[in-house]
Amino acid sequence: MTMPFYVSPEQLMKDRADFARKNIARGRPLVAAAYADGILLCAENPSSRLRKISEIYDRIAFAGVGKYNEFDQLRIAGIRAADLRGYAYSREDVDARSLANNYAQILGQIFTHEPKPMEVEILVAEVGSLPEEDRLFHILYDGTVIDEEPFSVLGGEAEAIAERLQESYVQGDDEASVLRHAASALGGPDRSLEADDLEVAVLARSDGRRAFRRLHKRAVASLLG
Amino acid sequence: MCGRSEQVASEPVAFPFYPPGDDPGPDFAELLRRTGSLPPEPGDRVVDVTHGTTVVALRYADGVVMAGDRRATSGNLISHRSMEKVFPADRHSGVAIAGAAGPAVEMVQLFQLQLEHYEKVEGVELSLEGKANQLSLMVRNNLPAALQGLMVVPLFAGYDLRRSVGRLFQYDITGGRYEESDFAATGSGRLHAGTVVKLGYRDGLERAAALDLAISALFQAADEDSATGGPDMVRGIYPTMAVITAEGFERIDEAEVAERFRHLVDRLSTPESTTSMGAAPTMEGRFRP
Repeated sequence: MTMPFYVSPEQLMKDRADFARKNIARGRPLVAAAYADGILLCAENPSSRLRKISEIYDRIAFAGVGKYNEFDQLRIAGIRAADLRGYAYSREDVDARSLANNYAQILGQIFTHEPKPMEVEILVAEVGSLPEEDRLFHILYDGTVIDEEPFSVLGGEAEAIAERLQESYVQGDDEASVLRHAASALGGPDRSLEADDLEVAVLARSDGRRAFRRLHKRAVASLLG
Repeated sequence: MCGRSEQVASEPVAFPFYPPGDDPGPDFAELLRRTGSLPPEPGDRVVDVTHGTTVVALRYADGVVMAGDRRATSGNLISHRSMEKVFPADRHSGVAIAGAAGPAVEMVQLFQLQLEHYEKVEGVELSLEGKANQLSLMVRNNLPAALQGLMVVPLFAGYDLRRSVGRLFQYDITGGRYEESDFAATGSGRLHAGTVVKLGYRDGLERAAALDLAISALFQAADEDSATGGPDMVRGIYPTMAVITAEGFERIDEAEVAERFRHLVDRLSTPESTTSMGAAPTMEGRFRP
């Protein structure tokens, strides 16, 4: 009979975390930032078919970086959870906090119990009726939830991007300038990202029931100026 | 992995995370079945419940007009005076209902959710034809209940963005789906409403003429059918009306509907009107001693 090698829990968790972090860092990053009338989500994504940002519910959006099939599975589960909750209770009872907790449970469970953690970082954004009710929940591969404001950066080089955005970001700026700052923070000093490289959507505070709206390439180009 | 379907089944709002092989797809009704939140099958007793009555829809130059009266009845009693029977299904389509009020409103709610659910999961909207078929499935699933007296017969209309034209669909209780080229009516007053629209219908009606025609149809249906409610000028309750065009579903302002009804009533009450309601029968001469 062969004995399995002993691996200490610390080492096991560290290996898993390193594995997830390394693969997430390889993907392209994403920024979500509050602007005067809502929340802007901007991802570096040359594909206009495979989306990183999408609608979950009336005032809630989802964004993911990392392995596409994994965050897409989470996205769909989120839509289901929200629609079921809204159907069973009321549309007002669907909120980002409980959704973020659900995601954290699932990711935490998979991180410790499955052979491989999910190689994703996700964001649940909710626009409120007032700016101070806006919410950004950043959820990591191991189920850690971070409640962030006024902006959140996901994916590779997140720290460097967050530093760059911190310098230019002004609370209460309009859509166009927040988009410009987000795009230049994503691009960094050496690159300048064009409309074709970006996937942009907003949760607009005053857009009626469904606040989520994608900005098409032409609209992005005109906002970037 | 947690979230297996049997675990989800007991709790309607547990996190519905399914492994790839077990995924229910963009089908909200299937998801409800999995989570056990669909209503139970009806028994074998015929029940008498609240009914909604007459709705009409007709095509015009820019799209489709939908209109419905506001009355709900239980047998010979009026149970609601201000029921809504015309609903947006999504941005570019609407659904109008007649039949058992509870199941009908539930069906509309599920239909709205289903369209939005599909759009969010798949990232694209269903085609108008696809939406009409979805509703057909829902009506068909209601057949056992319909045989117990819980009939739901909707109208579906929308603006087909791919063909740039307004389209409308009629259903029967088995889920049969019939596309109509000009107009459709359903509910207890459908014969009268349908006849009025049929006589006044022309191709490419203007918005105002189409609205007036729908109003006239509902008025005449209410005049002949006790279950259809006419304009209630005392309480200020008027039929629900909506137009669906390339710009989307738009409810007609209640003030505008009221105004058009007043015009119709004025027209009908002038003695030389060609569309007069017919004189009230007099007792004069008959019982004179």
